[in-house]
Amino acid sequence: MIVCITARAAGTDAPVEERFGRAPYFVFVDTETGKSESVENPLINAAGGVGPRAVQVLAEHGATVLITGQVGGNAAKALEAGGIRVYACRGGGSAADALAAYTAGDLQPISLA
Amino acid sequence: MKIAIASGKGGTGKSTVAANLAWALARSRDVALVDCDVEEPNLHLFFPAATTDVPVTTPVPVIDPARCTLCGECGKFCRFGALAVVKDCVLTFPHLCHSCGGCTLVCPQGAVREVPRTIGRIACSRPLSRLVLISGVLNEGEVQAPAVIRAAKARAEGHPLVIYDASPGIACPVIETLEGSDFCLLVTESTPFGLHDLRLAAEVAEEVGIPAGVVINRSDGEDAATVAFCRERGLPVLMTIPFSREIAAVQNRGGLIAALLPGWEERFIDLFAGVSP
Repeated sequence: MIVCITARAAGTDAPVEERFGRAPYFVFVDTETGKSESVENPLINAAGGVGPRAVQVLAEHGATVLITGQVGGNAAKALEAGGIRVYACRGGGSAADALAAYTAGDLQPISLA
Repeated sequence: MKIAIASGKGGTGKSTVAANLAWALARSRDVALVDCDVEEPNLHLFFPAATTDVPVTTPVPVIDPARCTLCGECGKFCRFGALAVVKDCVLTFPHLCHSCGGCTLVCPQGAVREVPRTIGRIACSRPLSRLVLISGVLNEGEVQAPAVIRAAKARAEGHPLVIYDASPGIACPVIETLEGSDFCLLVTESTPFGLHDLRLAAEVAEEVGIPAGVVINRSDGEDAATVAFCRERGLPVLMTIPFSREIAAVQNRGGLIAALLPGWEERFIDLFAGVSP
């Protein structure tokens, strides 16, 4: 399973970014192998419509779980259609901390409906 | 003759000037007044009348799932996020679409076609025997103001004298309004902010290639900086409207100073004389 964590920089040590579509980096972690890949978000300075486009980036990388602070309406619609579940991480910490909290079942799901 | 009324700064009196100028001219000739401030049209407040409404539509994409291979080209191309290819479907977000048609061009399967979608309306009325009011109205939450402005302007084509009331600012809606105009009246006020935005609006008129003149509204008599700017840029100051309680009182109850205060009908006729080449 591939989990995407929105982050302020590359790598699993980077702090979690609470914005989704304009997060500076998407950190993808494969929970089976433990390998991670950081993708710079090309949309941080885009004019608009970043939500659906960011979801497309996640879909291209095969993510099925997203950990972020909050998502907007357009992003929620795309995430739901893409079958990507979303969990809220608003307490700070690193991407690795967020993943550990998710694995431990400590993160609350964000409703997309 | 097409006159566009713009300002840069909001609230300087574009609609006041447009409404009074149109009223004064319509006393003796046919005038089409077009409200191009489609996100907040207000000229109908000066000219209440029954309207005939025509919808404005723009093309938006629909995907043929039988042809679509989920290749993702359309979603990668759209810079507005109006299409997203996720898992096993292409989602469309019609309200984000700018109707560029790019998705239909980049799709290698011919799976994208366009269908019309209503984003606003044109409200037409004849409040006076020689005045036609054409108001563009963009529906709430929509982004394509220029499409409604284009439709409103098209509706006024063929009228010998057309007055366009632009939106504030200097972005796409204002440029759309200015294009094809013969003259741009820039309405400013006696404040540093008014002058700052007059400077920007004058640059836009110059860039679009339209001669411009200035109306100073709510003048407190201390207009030296504005007048100096106009002189420096070769912009004629065609009218000065004083900061006056009497004028404000007429304005605030939806009245027209050209109709209700002595001398102002003539002043607006003179303003038009200053605009005509």
